Amino acid sequence: MTLLESRPATQVNPYEGLRVVKAKHPGRWAATAVVAVLLAMVLNSLITNPRWEWGVVWAYLGEVSIVEGVWMTIELTLITAVLGFALGTVLALMRLSQSPLLRAVSWGYTWVFRSVPLILQLLLWYNLAYLYQSLDVGIPFGPSFASFETLSLIDKFGAAILGLGLHQAAYSAEIVRAGILSVDQGQHEAAAALGIPRRRQSTRIVLPQAMRTIVPTAVNEIIGLFKGTSIVYVLALGELFYTVSVIYGRTQRVLPMLVVAAIWYVVLTTVVTVIQFYVERYYARGAVRTLPPTPLQRLRGNLTAGLSRVRPVGAAATSGQDPVAR
Amino acid sequence: MTAVAPRPGRVEVHGVHKSFGAHEVLHGVDLVVEPGSVTVVLGPSGSGKSTLLRSINHLETVDRGFVALDGELVGYRRKGDVLHELKEKELLRQRTRFGFVFQSFNLFPHLTALENVVEAPVSAQGRNRREVEAEARELLARVGLADKADAHPRQLSGGQQQRVAIARALAMKPAVLLFDEPTSALDPELVGEVLAVIADLARTGTTMIVVTHEIGFARQAADRIVFMDDGRVVEQGTPTEVLDHPQHERTKAFLAKVL
Ligand SMILES: Nc1ncnc2c1ncn2[C@@H]1O[C@H](COP(=O)(O)OP(=O)(O)OP(=O)(O)O)[C@@H](O)[C@H]1O
Ligand SMILES: [Mg+2]
Repeated sequence: MTLLESRPATQVNPYEGLRVVKAKHPGRWAATAVVAVLLAMVLNSLITNPRWEWGVVWAYLGEVSIVEGVWMTIELTLITAVLGFALGTVLALMRLSQSPLLRAVSWGYTWVFRSVPLILQLLLWYNLAYLYQSLDVGIPFGPSFASFETLSLIDKFGAAILGLGLHQAAYSAEIVRAGILSVDQGQHEAAAALGIPRRRQSTRIVLPQAMRTIVPTAVNEIIGLFKGTSIVYVLALGELFYTVSVIYGRTQRVLPMLVVAAIWYVVLTTVVTVIQFYVERYYARGAVRTLPPTPLQRLRGNLTAGLSRVRPVGAAATSGQDPVAR
Repeated sequence: MTAVAPRPGRVEVHGVHKSFGAHEVLHGVDLVVEPGSVTVVLGPSGSGKSTLLRSINHLETVDRGFVALDGELVGYRRKGDVLHELKEKELLRQRTRFGFVFQSFNLFPHLTALENVVEAPVSAQGRNRREVEAEARELLARVGLADKADAHPRQLSGGQQQRVAIARALAMKPAVLLFDEPTSALDPELVGEVLAVIADLARTGTTMIVVTHEIGFARQAADRIVFMDDGRVVEQGTPTEVLDHPQHERTKAFLAKVL
């Protein structure tokens, strides 16, 4: 205060020439040290305990049957996700439609497919041939034009896709519906007032905005699916987990094989998480004033910030903020 | 052709009743808006101004009574003595003859200003995108936002957003423009820029119905002023008649409060 009073306002900035000392965070340093020690202990045990059998893990990580299993897991997950979200979107739109029949059907679908355990649904689909030997295409209650053997149509893979996809659709429907409900009523109204056709209202106005809510939960579901597909081992379908269990059944190397599977699942999840970042960023257009920086931009920003920190006083004033935010 | 086609944009409201549940909000509203005229609707909060405006372009379905635009019933097709409710598709087409500007702008936040303006003429009227884009840029220039075409709504001030919304409504080349309190979500210093755009439009001869609390604007821009209270049109006339020589007690009381 005295500083201000002693100088008239017209004079030069009274704070000029003062030195800035950054706040110190002793607690943060202590916590960092503790975590570093714990990490070192974990690493040490992983490396020095021979029972992890890293040699075996390494040998099997890129083994042909394992890679084929990984591929099957990816295939199952992607097809299920696409099928689930496509059908889920239809179900969500039905649920929000004016027609009581469509609403009831959608509600009923979700009710049934969420209620029956997935493992049971998978086995039911696989045994469909027992209920219906052949599937016919034709006029309802009338003649049929074509007939297919159920067994040839729904093999193991077909049963897995049907089971996982139809089950996923019930959950996806709720995710999409939540997304649509999160879009402001004024948006529907503006679209209607402009006379935009109904389908276009959904695809151009409502769904793109709903995606902001849908994407994080949807990715959660997809990551869940990557691991959830392991349930199809009940159909003896050769995805990652089934393949691994077959191998350790033969070689008795249980632990290293589980580690192999774990590593692959982590890799798959990581890839999806990276994709998620960019998808979210894409749908954030317009919703935030400035987009968050990509990891690459952030890295570059940190590098330049680090460099400027080396330079003396004047440059340091700006490096406190995130340099990319400007 | 000897006869000159009458100017489009005549709006007739006949005995419109509207209830929400058991609560009747409009108790038989009658109103005629001449083509090319500017009508300002005044009235206390809750008197049914927004409901009336939304009934005119059928955003609300009315319980009784009719709205007609240039003799064509809104929301129905007439065959002899029978009225058929329009399918949603036909209704949406009919709506393109009205432009609606909302109190809360309701711009599409994920689209740029230009995309907001271009969307409906292309998807609802099936016009050529290239052509519409050129027109949209002109419209944005007309509301003073030529340099904001590629900005997203959240990067614009409230006044700028509302001006984009006006350009969006104009892009449909509507016969009638409906404004529901276009400036009441704006900071006082931004109200002027939006009202200036609307007053400018008033001179171009588009039929306009404007719900507002801006008495100064009403006096300057309106051809007719309609005063509503409790779901009825209480009084209407020229600005001088209604604002300076109100006949009805309720009009007097309202004006005493807002003037
Ligand atoms: N969707 C709705 N459901 C139930 N009641 C409604 C609905 N919309 C409006 N109302 C009621 O109808 C009455 C008139 O509302 P309206 O919005 O038309 O008033 P207004 O004259 O526009 O008021 P304001 O100046 O505050 O905007 C109010 O009592 C309101 O509560
Ligand atoms: Mg209102």
